[in-house]
Amino acid sequence: MTVPLSPPRRLIELTVDGEPVRVPEGATILDACGGAGQDIPTLCYGDTLTPKNACRVCVVEVEGSRTLVPACSRKAEAGMVVGTATERARHSRKVVLELLASSVDLSTTPGAAAWLEEYDARPGRFGEDAARVDQPVKVDNDLYVRDYDKCILCYKCVDACGEQWQNSFAIAVAGRGFDSVISTEFDAPLTDSACVYCGNCVEVCPTGALSFKTEYDMRAAGSWDELRQTQTTTICSYCGVGCNLTLHVQDNRIVKVGSPHDNPVTHGNLCIKGRFGYQHVQNVALPEPAGAGSAAGSPSVPAASSGSGPSSGVTATIPAAPGRAPSGPGTARDTGPPPGDPARGEPGT
Amino acid sequence: MDLRFRDAEPLAEERAAVDALLGPPPSSWAGGQRTDEDLRFAAGGHQAREQRDLLLPALHAVNDRVGWISEGALDYICRRLTIPPAEAYGVAGFYALFSLKPRPTRVLHVCTDLACHANGAEDVRRRVQERLGPPGASWSPSPCLGLCERAPAAVALEAGEHPRAVVYAPVRADEAELDPASPVSPAPPPASPAAGGPLAPAPPLPPMPSASTRDAGPGGTLQADTTSELRTANGVRTPDGVREAHGPVFGAGAHGPALGERGNDGLAELPEPPVRAAVPQAGDPSLVLLRRVGAVDPESLDDYRATGGYSALRRAFQLGPLGVIQEVTEAGLVGRGGAAFPAGRKWAAVAGQPDRPHYLVCNADESEPGTFKDRVLMEGDPYAVIEAMTIAAYATGCTHGYLYIRGEYPRAIGLLENAIATARARGLLGEDILGQGLAFDIEIRRGAGAYICGEETAIFNSIEGYRGEPRSKPPYPVEKGLFGKPTLVNNVETLVNVPPILLHGGAAYAQVGTEVSTGTKLFCVSGNVAAPGVYEVPFGATLRELLTLAGGVPGNLRAVLLGGAAGAFVRPDELDVPLTFEGTRAAGTTLGSGVVLVLDDGVDMARILLRIAEFFRDESCGQCVPCRVGTVRQEEALHRLSTRPRADDLVLLREVGQAMRDASICGLGQTAWNAVESAIDRLSVFPAAGTLTQETP
Repeated sequence: MTVPLSPPRRLIELTVDGEPVRVPEGATILDACGGAGQDIPTLCYGDTLTPKNACRVCVVEVEGSRTLVPACSRKAEAGMVVGTATERARHSRKVVLELLASSVDLSTTPGAAAWLEEYDARPGRFGEDAARVDQPVKVDNDLYVRDYDKCILCYKCVDACGEQWQNSFAIAVAGRGFDSVISTEFDAPLTDSACVYCGNCVEVCPTGALSFKTEYDMRAAGSWDELRQTQTTTICSYCGVGCNLTLHVQDNRIVKVGSPHDNPVTHGNLCIKGRFGYQHVQNVALPEPAGAGSAAGSPSVPAASSGSGPSSGVTATIPAAPGRAPSGPGTARDTGPPPGDPARGEPGT
Repeated sequence: MDLRFRDAEPLAEERAAVDALLGPPPSSWAGGQRTDEDLRFAAGGHQAREQRDLLLPALHAVNDRVGWISEGALDYICRRLTIPPAEAYGVAGFYALFSLKPRPTRVLHVCTDLACHANGAEDVRRRVQERLGPPGASWSPSPCLGLCERAPAAVALEAGEHPRAVVYAPVRADEAELDPASPVSPAPPPASPAAGGPLAPAPPLPPMPSASTRDAGPGGTLQADTTSELRTANGVRTPDGVREAHGPVFGAGAHGPALGERGNDGLAELPEPPVRAAVPQAGDPSLVLLRRVGAVDPESLDDYRATGGYSALRRAFQLGPLGVIQEVTEAGLVGRGGAAFPAGRKWAAVAGQPDRPHYLVCNADESEPGTFKDRVLMEGDPYAVIEAMTIAAYATGCTHGYLYIRGEYPRAIGLLENAIATARARGLLGEDILGQGLAFDIEIRRGAGAYICGEETAIFNSIEGYRGEPRSKPPYPVEKGLFGKPTLVNNVETLVNVPPILLHGGAAYAQVGTEVSTGTKLFCVSGNVAAPGVYEVPFGATLRELLTLAGGVPGNLRAVLLGGAAGAFVRPDELDVPLTFEGTRAAGTTLGSGVVLVLDDGVDMARILLRIAEFFRDESCGQCVPCRVGTVRQEEALHRLSTRPRADDLVLLREVGQAMRDASICGLGQTAWNAVESAIDRLSVFPAAGTLTQETP
């Protein structure tokens, strides 16, 4: 087997914060900044997606440009002089963070709290009457939850659902301006939409607006604790593609499934089975997960050692999606977990 | 593309409206009757998907027919065009003129924007509200309708088999009280002419009796001819699949009720004033761009040719494409849409792109509050737009042109449809123009109420059937524009400058005006001025001279807004600013699209600023954060300032404004704070706030 090598790319030189940086032609300013060691906040940038540059937190100042430019999508050019921490750039980032934090709930956005502090953002100064994106939580299926009160409209879920990855086109941006929302046609429930529950939108959501139902429930119950979670990357056992799964395990139970974005085959994408079909490995009666003492220190219980036959478990978590072969419950049951399921056991190691 | 539908059935009339545009469905895959044949093949692939650009016309077709877009209708459109329903829903909801909820067939749009505000729009709004209740399905306040010279204005859009648009300008709210036939019920039945009551009588539209000597009158033979041509122009695709232009059926004059037919609501219908009324200078021999407006019949190609029409195109053929670009460059023509980019450079850049095909887009989505010059040009001299587009296409190698016009311009749409159909019939558009082997045709695309679609890349997304959101640049339109191909996008006024340039030579054109700003410029003078209208003056005239030309300001001048909502205010002591791109820039303001909105001291400036802020909040597409949230925060701060001035809020405005200017994707967000900033800095609109000490947080 030969591994195709990309043709060599010419290096171009630009200046970032006074330091000369060399990057391959076609790289973005963000790539160049990574090389120069700057830490630029990003929200709508996704490593597996074409940048939409909608959030504008990554703006930097480029000499000769009338406006600031988004680092995530603007290609580096030879001779460019980039300032990542100029007063203008920092001011815009600060205001953008304030605008976001004053209109949506950033409490589950990784990095947001630190950025707000770093840029001295004070979202409270817009007053208590400042308009917010007040959206009720949408819980219309058993697999994932849409809490658009946390949505910053980064378009990543739309892109992942649509032409960039899944080609399901179940969701799109609807409305205009401040009233824009991510929606199915006529705001129909997901179970009535083109959604195939691949969960690739959940994978790319930067704010936690889309989350596993398990995560949502545990957060509501107050038992979600990322410090007690382990992450184990393994291989999905459902078919021969060999997608990588990253199992997030808390108290010896799988609470969330991700996939490494640098996987050259799937780029972080999964199907409904890989993403949500894990119940069979832990289909044993366990003491309440809240009792953390049992997990601490003790070797992991082989969760699916026996009794997780093909007919049990999986179907419980996959919603009825009428007419949606090949991802319907029937298919999942037929494929079934093989006896030597690699997801079984030792999730903590 | 494996689409999923929710099995909502369209009504027969919705289906008919879509079929009238697209032709009958070819198979059950596209929503037709299911036959055994359909089981033998699957429709799909690029061929099925590449009709996406017909989404906006299809939405218009349904909206024109039934007044709103039901789930069944949207589903049917999606089946016909192979579009995911969620995306089509997002597109339909993007435009203000569409409704995804049931509403009456007649909807009144009452302009509450700047020029109308300065002329009593609040009174009109209050009276309409007294009659019809709070804004909702049957009426809504509207951004600028481009009827500023006849402010205050309103437009009623009536859906039906023969959709109509009725322009009320000026609205005479005081007369409405005397009208015994006015509906008084606050909730009129859907099919009734809900808002007809409180408003002054108005004519059916269009085409209208023109200002020409050859006035055939409504329903006359002239219009009957026009209509038959329109039918083909609005019809379906030709059998070989070549798409015919399919503009709206709006303009079909002979379809519409004749005068008096709507008499049962007690309103006599008066004709809309001819376009000549918008040009106080009409007949002045020194006019260049406006010389035909009001002087010739806008429907007649013969009149156009008798006054020098199409001689510029012949001249272009003599010069050759490079020669044309050379002349335009020498003339120093810059874009008139607001950005003032040199037209010659843009044309040369498109012409030099190896990628094919090249597209031409004429930007007639004139929506900047206070701007109506393009409407007057299109209503008064539509063939000039067509000829100019043909010249541009010849010079830059475009084979297909789109004329994207805002949906609120029914008369202009009707006249342009007529002009295109006539030109096509006479061999001035089509496969072999004037026997010179030039192939070029024009399709009209009607906007649906979105200011942002006038942005040069948002217009591409709108034409392509996506949400009208601006794209990030680079790449620029000259490299990757419409359908990802090199595209020349020019404003109507810019294009209309081209025939005079070719006829008189670029060098002669450059003699007019100043060194940097060459030629003449159209100014839209409105507000508290004696004779509002479109004025053509050479670059270099001062604002004072222009106001004098417009009869002066009867009241006590408070401020002049230059450039529209995205422009800046100037004070009465700054009237000697030269009206050139460089002169206004030096004075810290802008020419923008040529808006000169005059405000006297009877106008509440705080209220004007609030209206500007409302405008940007409503018209922000919502794509980028600084604009989506920033315009809302700006409006909130102005609300607070107008009641309780605090220095904090001024600081807030400045900081948010700076971030919008620096970090927004497109010109809308980047300029949304301009006018407010200039009002605060130059007019001291909130003096109390400036003197207060800043409260500590």
